[in-house]
Amino acid sequence: MSTVEQSSNPMEATPQKPWARRPDEVRRSTLKLAAAAVVALVVVLFTGMAGFDGWAITLLVIVLVATLVTSRSLSSKDRKNLLVSVSITALAMLAFLPWLSILFSVVTKGYQALHVGYLFNDMRVTTPDDELSMGGVGHAIVGSLIMVAIATVVTMPLGILSGIYLTEVRGRLTFLVRFIVQSMAGVPSIVAGLFVYTTVVRTMGEYSGIAGAAALSVLMLPTVSRTAEEVLKLVPDDLRSAGYALGARQWRTAFMVVLPTVKSGLITAGILGVARVIGETAPLLLTSLATNGFAFNPFSGTLGSLPTYTFSLLQYGTEYAVARAWSGALVLMVIVFGLFTIARRVGRKK
Amino acid sequence: MTFGSVGQESVRTADGAAVSVGGSPMSAPSEQPFIGLETRGAHAWFGNHHALTDVSLKFPERTVTGLIGPSGCGKSTFIRLLNRMHEFIPGAAMAGQVLLNGKDIYAPEEDPAFVRLKIGMVFQKPNPFPAMTIRENVLAGIKLAHLDRDDHDSIVESCLTRAGLWKEVKDRLDASGGSLSGGQQQRLCIARSLAVEPEVLLMDEPCSALDPASTLRIEETIKELAEKITVVIVTHNMQQASRVSDYCAFFLTDGGPGYLVEADNTRKMFTNPADPRTADYVQGKFG
Repeated sequence: MSTVEQSSNPMEATPQKPWARRPDEVRRSTLKLAAAAVVALVVVLFTGMAGFDGWAITLLVIVLVATLVTSRSLSSKDRKNLLVSVSITALAMLAFLPWLSILFSVVTKGYQALHVGYLFNDMRVTTPDDELSMGGVGHAIVGSLIMVAIATVVTMPLGILSGIYLTEVRGRLTFLVRFIVQSMAGVPSIVAGLFVYTTVVRTMGEYSGIAGAAALSVLMLPTVSRTAEEVLKLVPDDLRSAGYALGARQWRTAFMVVLPTVKSGLITAGILGVARVIGETAPLLLTSLATNGFAFNPFSGTLGSLPTYTFSLLQYGTEYAVARAWSGALVLMVIVFGLFTIARRVGRKK
Repeated sequence: MTFGSVGQESVRTADGAAVSVGGSPMSAPSEQPFIGLETRGAHAWFGNHHALTDVSLKFPERTVTGLIGPSGCGKSTFIRLLNRMHEFIPGAAMAGQVLLNGKDIYAPEEDPAFVRLKIGMVFQKPNPFPAMTIRENVLAGIKLAHLDRDDHDSIVESCLTRAGLWKEVKDRLDASGGSLSGGQQQRLCIARSLAVEPEVLLMDEPCSALDPASTLRIEETIKELAEKITVVIVTHNMQQASRVSDYCAFFLTDGGPGYLVEADNTRKMFTNPADPRTADYVQGKFG
């Protein structure tokens, strides 16, 4: 009837991935890498090179040299391909290494002072030299969250509105607004702290959480604003045109079509802003200072925060105090990670 | 010029030559059709570039008018002049008049948002709102333009039905508009335009990104739409123009600004046009 041939049983076909690497190949390269890792470990142990970083760099060198040696038997085309792909992977790992190293040291040094109740106690009746099973970081967590929350509430609308001004309205002041936002991004954090100290703290006559939040807002705004602008630029003009062609005014198109389209991108802008300021120490020392006990009122009196907690304990300098400082840093990192995860989840939901 | 008019009229071309248009009497309707939309001496510029010169054209109510011509002859510019989308392009300028029911839509007291509500538009690339469901997409215009309508369910059903999409999506109105195929997305965009009840629907090459089956569905939709509203469609496809349009307008450029060569009943444009260039174009000899 036709030239199309049917295989005897069309249902017999099983899904395969002919482009995937064969299992034995994967096993062999894993073994090779493990061998290189062991060799690197031995080298580190016998030469006394610096710990984890030394081991990772040694491993990198071994892998590169091994690749160079084994690639000699290949054809020139295959050799080039192998060398380039191994170098690219290795350099990517190298870029990843400092971050991994920081994470490694914060976790290994930070877990010592952790105990049940660390998150819920404060340092009111505990001195930095007391046993690590006493006291906690609760007051600093509360203070940090209060100030970052206020800064986020203040900054997000401002940042998104300035993004809308720069991409949707494109008014006469576009150049000026963009210039100021970019300049603000370059303001050193201690200058932001001094600014708020001379304005808010001197006016109120006391240190306060709200002053700390104001200093954080100054630092957070340019990050949020610039990211929001970049995200809004990605919205295709087709969608704006569609909105206008339905008889919508510009501001309604911006708020009902453009913003919902980039919701997850705007959440990312917020995340980046929070990440920018949650670890700031210098401006808080000039604005909210620090406390030893729980404080919940951001409008009056000093407020604790994780960076100032870590900073003051590090300055104290005794063994237990430093261990507490590392734990404070670990808690800060876990909180940032948790906030990121939550924000990502919220952004993806629909 | 008026479609179906008897006798000779002339249109000034870019080089100043008078071109005879209109031609001999044709199968003109016995009564003069009501003209809802009309342009008088319309020009368009992008910065210093004169893109379109002196187009006077009438669109009889409840008909389909096809705008044909080679690329770069100003068809899309012209259609965007008709509902004030032209002015969104930086450096854009225009001259002449565009009349809707006798009133110039470019008059200072006219509200452009209200004009676009009356004269809807479907774009070349399907552009449903990705953050909205199918249902929300259809109702988007009502929300965006602040219209006071509460029979939302019946609007969704009737608009999707008129756009020929209801049967395919009635069980998944809460799915994202982006989950549809290209042809379905374009019909969703048509349904979205219909929901605000425009008097005129402008379509800028609505089928150029679609497969033949989707194209056929949309052409059927266009014919059904023309029973109630005026449709203006830009197309590069001669067969499509001859299939869907009642009237055709042929645009051309000689390197300078685009101009209208002639406009007439579609059958006449395709069988016995007044201008030899129209004959050459519709027979595929150039463009």
